[in-house]
Amino acid sequence: MNDSWRGVAAEDQDQVSESVSLLLRTRSRRLLADLLRPHRRRIALLTAVIVLSSAAGLALPYLVKAGIDDGIPPMLAGGGPGTLLTIIALVVAATLVQALTRMVFLQMSGRIGQDILLELRRRVFDHFQRLSLSFHEKYTSGRVISRLTSDVEAIGELLDSGFDGLVTAVLTLCGTAIMLLVLDVRLGLAALLPLPVLLLFTRWFRRESSVAYRRSRQAVALVIVHFVESMTGIRAVQAFRREPRNQEIFERLNADYRDANMRSTRLVAVFMPGIKLIGNVTVAAVLLYGGWLALNGTVTVGVLAAFLLYLRQFYEPMQEISQFYNALQSAGAALEKLSGVLEERPDVAEPRRPVPLDGSRGEVPGGAPGRGSDGARGGLRFEAVEFGYDGGRAVLPRLDLEIPAGQTVAVVGTTGAGKTTLAKLMARFYDPVAGRVLLDGVDLRDLDEAELRRHVVMVTQENFLFTGTIADNIRFGRPDAPTAAVVEAAEAIGAHTFVSALPEGYGTQVGKRGGRMSAGQRQLVAFARAFLADPAVLILDEATSSLDVPSERLVQRALRTILADRTAVIIAHRLSTVEIADRVLVMEGGRIVEDGPPERLIARSGRFARLHQAWLDSLARD
Amino acid sequence: MRERPGSGPDTRRPLWHSLWRLRSYLRPYTRIMIVSWVAAFLGIAAGTVIPLVGKEIIDGPVAQGDRAALLPLGLLALGLGVAEAVLTFVRRWSQAGPVLGLETTIRDDLYRHLQRLPMSFHDEWQSGQLLSRATTDLSTIRRFLGFGVLFLIMNILQLTAVVIVLLRTYWPLGLLVTASAVPVVALSLRFEKRYIRVSRQVQDQQGDLATLVEEAALGIRTIKAFGRRRHLYGVFDEAASGLRRTALGKVRLSSRFFTFLEVIPNLTLAMVLLLGAVAVGAGALTLGTLVAFTTLVLQLVWPVASLGYILAMGQEAMTAADRVTEVLDTVPDITGAQNETGTEISAGTGTSAGTGVSTGAETSTGKENGAGKENGTGGENETGTEIEDGRRATGRRPGGRGHLRFEGVEFRFPGADRSVLRDVRLDVRPGETVAIVGATGSGKTTLTSLVPRLRDVTGGRVTIDGRDVRDLSLPSLRSMVATAFEEPTLFSMSVRENVTLGRADATDREIREALEIAQATFVFDLPWALDTRIGEQGMSLSGGQRQRLALARAILGRPRVLVLDDTLSALDVETEALVEEALRRVLADATGLIVAHRASTVLLADRVALLSHGSIAGVGRHADLLSSVPEYRALLAQDADLDPERALR
Repeated sequence: MNDSWRGVAAEDQDQVSESVSLLLRTRSRRLLADLLRPHRRRIALLTAVIVLSSAAGLALPYLVKAGIDDGIPPMLAGGGPGTLLTIIALVVAATLVQALTRMVFLQMSGRIGQDILLELRRRVFDHFQRLSLSFHEKYTSGRVISRLTSDVEAIGELLDSGFDGLVTAVLTLCGTAIMLLVLDVRLGLAALLPLPVLLLFTRWFRRESSVAYRRSRQAVALVIVHFVESMTGIRAVQAFRREPRNQEIFERLNADYRDANMRSTRLVAVFMPGIKLIGNVTVAAVLLYGGWLALNGTVTVGVLAAFLLYLRQFYEPMQEISQFYNALQSAGAALEKLSGVLEERPDVAEPRRPVPLDGSRGEVPGGAPGRGSDGARGGLRFEAVEFGYDGGRAVLPRLDLEIPAGQTVAVVGTTGAGKTTLAKLMARFYDPVAGRVLLDGVDLRDLDEAELRRHVVMVTQENFLFTGTIADNIRFGRPDAPTAAVVEAAEAIGAHTFVSALPEGYGTQVGKRGGRMSAGQRQLVAFARAFLADPAVLILDEATSSLDVPSERLVQRALRTILADRTAVIIAHRLSTVEIADRVLVMEGGRIVEDGPPERLIARSGRFARLHQAWLDSLARD
Repeated sequence: MRERPGSGPDTRRPLWHSLWRLRSYLRPYTRIMIVSWVAAFLGIAAGTVIPLVGKEIIDGPVAQGDRAALLPLGLLALGLGVAEAVLTFVRRWSQAGPVLGLETTIRDDLYRHLQRLPMSFHDEWQSGQLLSRATTDLSTIRRFLGFGVLFLIMNILQLTAVVIVLLRTYWPLGLLVTASAVPVVALSLRFEKRYIRVSRQVQDQQGDLATLVEEAALGIRTIKAFGRRRHLYGVFDEAASGLRRTALGKVRLSSRFFTFLEVIPNLTLAMVLLLGAVAVGAGALTLGTLVAFTTLVLQLVWPVASLGYILAMGQEAMTAADRVTEVLDTVPDITGAQNETGTEISAGTGTSAGTGVSTGAETSTGKENGAGKENGTGGENETGTEIEDGRRATGRRPGGRGHLRFEGVEFRFPGADRSVLRDVRLDVRPGETVAIVGATGSGKTTLTSLVPRLRDVTGGRVTIDGRDVRDLSLPSLRSMVATAFEEPTLFSMSVRENVTLGRADATDREIREALEIAQATFVFDLPWALDTRIGEQGMSLSGGQRQRLALARAILGRPRVLVLDDTLSALDVETEALVEEALRRVLADATGLIVAHRASTVLLADRVALLSHGSIAGVGRHADLLSSVPEYRALLAQDADLDPERALR
């Protein structure tokens, strides 16, 4: 009904309307039901166990009453302790039953909880990995991380303690109420008289604490963002003397957080004693009224004792409910967000029925012979492709382009000309809004993801290195590659020299996010990684920007041989890369304005010729 | 987390040492804390007395049929009940202030301290580790100091009070109940140890899982580019399953413990009932006392059971306090001079370095200074380096001239066995611009970071207008020097705030000027122009756009010394040319230090210094170096047939 709230849209909203919050709750509940469904049988069993456990627990005060009323009088009368011993035996039995069932319950519910958590982690992780880049670019890595860590843990916390607390509390509450009425209707009614007050009070607390909780979550989020931002950017902070202003901002956010916490702490400071007040007044009332009844001989001392014990059992869990609410709330909020993420559909969806890539199909006239290793030749074609981000301004108005297999194409143009977009469409990081992109005659959208990625690899300026050794990172695209192949790839690209100079060579741990390696070194590793993957189509988007000139030259020399039998699309600001290209595309405003072999374009007096001249000037040869 | 030599908690100190030190944060709240403690004690007293009133009612009015006595006793119970609730309220309400105040103040202090700690510290510590100290650890401390300590003492008091009452009422039963508490306490303590171990393990595994998630999120492009989704899922699944196994172990452990906790009091209850009944039968005990006993036994369960929990909490708080004080105790080794006279450095202050403040750092490098002064300029520069005396005398312009010198500078990362920079001597005259050229990893960025003291030299010194940078106050040094970094940091705030970072009072015209020089006028096309929020929480900009903003930021500060650390690497050729053109004007007025990879950038400079393996291998004009230094030619010339392998060697 209200499609604009699909997915993660509600995440940034402080206040959502009633209908939307209903929508979100329904969605969360659906996810919850979905997660619980596989455990139906175990949950049914669990319910039986917990009912048994509560019953045994509820029996105890009653047995105390029986002991006082029925066990002691015979002894006072000089009789044997037979009845009393029976009752004591029952107490022991009830205790053991309660203990045993409780242990079973805790372990079973713990297992179910952990199974659910594992399933949730798997689902969300897999889903994030499936979601397209356009989603990730908007959603930012920080939020992905907190979904999979703190949010999942919030649900874990609820499953850990809250679930047990809630079920036990509800059962004890109901059971106690029944027992009170069974023991003595008048006294029972008197003891239950404050119940409506209790429920209203609890409802008030639930509402208030939900607001307070949301506020404190928001406040702490701001504190965290500011903190992390200033710590990761500490170099700029110190270099530009930002510290005092930062401190000012931080202290303000921190004070907001304190105030929000103050509110929820004080809320609990009202709620807990409030429950205690109701409980104590009830106890006093029961003492008075029960004492009066006992005086008149209408209730026994045992009943009175049982009442006092029951009332304790009744109000104790009520106090813990305040803690439970926090767990419930954070789990609720987490579930809301997680269900939102799971609702997001990848823009770049995997095909239902993938079309296998067939080397013989889509023969491109004039193309070099295919590599034939596993079916991909590497011919690319753009047919009337249109593209724009988020339905905004068209980045590529309408593009037709044919790249025969084996060709090396350089794409040049100013920032914002659409070069990277072109590359991303080729690698299917995005899908075109209209038209289609074909690899060897097959629409990229019809290709199985694994197959597409085996044949088309893109190297960008961002060179992410994963925890592990340098060899692991080079092997990333082809995990089964032997060490010899890893070294070969590194040698080909000129990374071998610096890697072998490291203390542990290829076995050197790269450290978190490439730690102390320089940007250029990271880039070389990323290059080696791409070459080892041995794709039919290699796309290089600004991939040499961090290299110094000698390294770049080495890479280019390697490219000459490596690109000989594959299709390559090279995007570069620096024209030095162009030297190895068979063909140059000059882009402007999302269109290809010049297209041809570099020599021919230089000979003409077009845009490329001017760019080339400017570049030559900048080189300042001696 | 990496083991940091010398910074771990000192094992000789008692465990609670760090936590105890934090007590001073509670000092402003002494009065209100006395209130809450008094309320706590009175509350316990009231709670313990209520069951005794019950006993009186049963033994008195009920047993003797004394109607008149019932009402006062009932009202007493009511009064005590209300009093207990009110006292609990007072305790909780009054506690919120001190406890949250403590947390907030420590967090403020921690943040302030972290901002002062130098780059060498931040290199070692990831922001995630610091964040967990500022959030998780501080709330652990808050919870323990706020509630844990109080509960601990209250529980012990309550235990003692109830035991005394029980012993005095009927000692055999009292003894029985007391004895029953022994196994519970013993087991709690043992359980606590095992529980902490398995909890740590769970935490560690959660941390590993978080690292995996982080990589999967940050490396999403690489993963997608290589189609490695399934592989990553496999790795994640394995880690998540491992976590599940450990968590199940934790569940088993606690299920056994909590079950045991409930069995003991219930069995005790059975015993009390049995022996009590016998005693009542023998006339040694009244019925009312027996009822009071059963209630009191149940009242003991929570304090006893929670002892282990609270002690575990205490242990966590101690570890947390260790982790927090570890950071707070790190002494910032880069601090400004304590009593620097002012930010103005008059021209020709060749003497001030010696006569200024004598900091510890300076004396340690004194030996190097002498050498540096003598041949810092003359020895290395072939191209007529000496500052003419005339300029020295006339260079008196407000704010100094910006004469930057590296004198025998050495730099070594802490714990590294090789120096990154060795005996670097370089003289950048006022108004001059020098480009630093060197292969990847030759130490260029490190060299530039020494000027604004983001790092400190480990040998030799850096001077500006003759004064060691370590003798200047940090604010004045850093207002003299502005750096534009290759990987620019933009903060989650408006464009305006980002650009005016170094100079908050800049006018709109000045901002526009700086933006124009940096070719960053694209910001005026953003939805809210200068007021558009950018950064992680705002609009995302491309690498080139970010670099240009960072450049504008550096220019706007009107620094005496402008450091450009490969700031133009992400720009396309045309934009770069435009920026360079405009930069010339800025660099004419300031002393410039430019890290460059490309010939085009080098041409901005008057002279070039070639940095090779951490020391200056040559200084001179671009053309001269190109013709005379092969290594330089290899780095900057585009002759394709030159063998780069040999040159790089």
